[in-house]
Amino acid sequence: MVFKARYIALIVYLLFLLIPIYWLLNMSFQHNSEILRSFSLWPENFTLNNYARIFTERGWAAGYVNSLIYVFMNTTISLLVALPAAYAFSRFRFTGDKHLFFWLLTNRMAPPAVFLLPFFNLYQSVGLFDTHIAVALAHCLFSVPLAVWILEGFMSGVPKEIDETAYIDGYSFPRFFITIFIPLIRGGIGVAVFFCLMFSWVELLLARTLTSVDARPISVVMTRSISATGVDWGLLAAAGVLTLIPGALVIYFVRNHLARGFALGRV
Amino acid sequence: MERTRNERAWLLVLPVMIVVAFSAIIPLMTVVNYSVQDILDPYTRFFVGTEWFRDILRDDSLHAALGRQLVFSFTVLLIQIPLGIAIALCMPTRGIWVAITLVALALPLLVPWNVVGTIWQLFARQDIGLLGVTINAMGIDYNYTGSRMGAWLTVVAMDVWHWTSLVVLLCYSGLRAIPDAYYQAARIDGASRWAVFRHVQLPRLTGVLTIAVLLRFMDSFMIYAEPFVLTGGGPGSSTTFLSQYLATMAIGQFDVGRAAAFSLIYFLIILALSWVFYTIITRSQKG
Repeated sequence: MVFKARYIALIVYLLFLLIPIYWLLNMSFQHNSEILRSFSLWPENFTLNNYARIFTERGWAAGYVNSLIYVFMNTTISLLVALPAAYAFSRFRFTGDKHLFFWLLTNRMAPPAVFLLPFFNLYQSVGLFDTHIAVALAHCLFSVPLAVWILEGFMSGVPKEIDETAYIDGYSFPRFFITIFIPLIRGGIGVAVFFCLMFSWVELLLARTLTSVDARPISVVMTRSISATGVDWGLLAAAGVLTLIPGALVIYFVRNHLARGFALGRV
Repeated sequence: MERTRNERAWLLVLPVMIVVAFSAIIPLMTVVNYSVQDILDPYTRFFVGTEWFRDILRDDSLHAALGRQLVFSFTVLLIQIPLGIAIALCMPTRGIWVAITLVALALPLLVPWNVVGTIWQLFARQDIGLLGVTINAMGIDYNYTGSRMGAWLTVVAMDVWHWTSLVVLLCYSGLRAIPDAYYQAARIDGASRWAVFRHVQLPRLTGVLTIAVLLRFMDSFMIYAEPFVLTGGGPGSSTTFLSQYLATMAIGQFDVGRAAAFSLIYFLIILALSWVFYTIITRSQKG
């Protein structure tokens, strides 16, 4: 009996999560006129027209590509700088290490809105405004601390004897790090990548402020479906559905590491 | 783990320092710089000292926004943390359903924040949305664009939809880390379901709950895109939270000095409250 109540509660909650997404899908397969004319639980005149418009009209596809470019740039930068730093935090004591670690975390606490204006001015003055790298660097504000935090937790789980044995066997530090250590923590790297991709992909405020035309992310392009004649709900829904796909793919690939990665080590 | 002393480790941390300098230190210094000046155009600026800060601290509309923000953050914490623990306890522990529920749970977390707003806009509208139509059909007058209460409740429901999964995933991984021996010991003692939760599961969850409360508090305090898309902060200013207030001031009105002073106060409030949460939780862990 207890067993059943448990699963009913879980199923109700999952329905609560999935019904709004179903509604988005439902709308994306309808013409705007049909959406506004009648209320229906499923598309009566099934159409792929909204998707066709997104793939053929200029700007839409570019929006997706722009978003993906800065998300990948951000993930690459974050991992490259976070890997050695996390190794240092997990293996060595050095002057100011604890303060530095906490201070890195406080960056995660800074509201992006606080950095809006300085980022805008800074990137404009160095000529990076409206480039992908500007958004990627701005997103490092929260992705780097998170990546260091996660990787440090995973690296602390690797026994130190492995490092020492490798050095005795004559491995240099870079060779040991790349050929032995990184394969050992690949689960942790997967989780760190997941979080970097996720937070960079979902962020809107900084991405919108730092771009105008060339690097305009999809979230900004989406506002185009709102025109003087009203909102094209079908088009908006279809664009929304397409933004769910990268996330769903990433979750699918890291699903086995997900639960472990959420035990983020120490606070 | 015993860590050896090695000052050369700074070399490994250096890349992070450089990136963070560019993305955090320089901008933060710029904010401090702006906050004590009145900037009319790039060439005309006056030093005004703490005037902006005094101005901000006396501003009534800002007090109202801060009040709304606090009520909102505490409401979502009070809903999401218990709900998250409850759902995590309901999760299956083995079999194919684990992967399926995990993927379903993680889905809302990967929706871009403005699309979260869009989804709820479509879902809650009283003319075309499933939720809006259903509630109105039940005879309750619900309209999130017109009524303040309706708008506020919709934003809370949206945040619960969006973020409870994070609490669930954290608690789930915490529960998985409890060794079976604990449960066996409890079973031998004939402990009730509640006693198992209270004395075996909850104490072992404090670590992940600390992370969950801190992350949820910080992020709900910075909420911007979702209510911006859903309600635009309205009706009136009933769902205008601090980030939106700040963004309007900084980019909309280009009121640089005031926005900078406000930014610093905003940041300090988050730091202070996060520290309070952290201390309370770690204290109760010891006690």
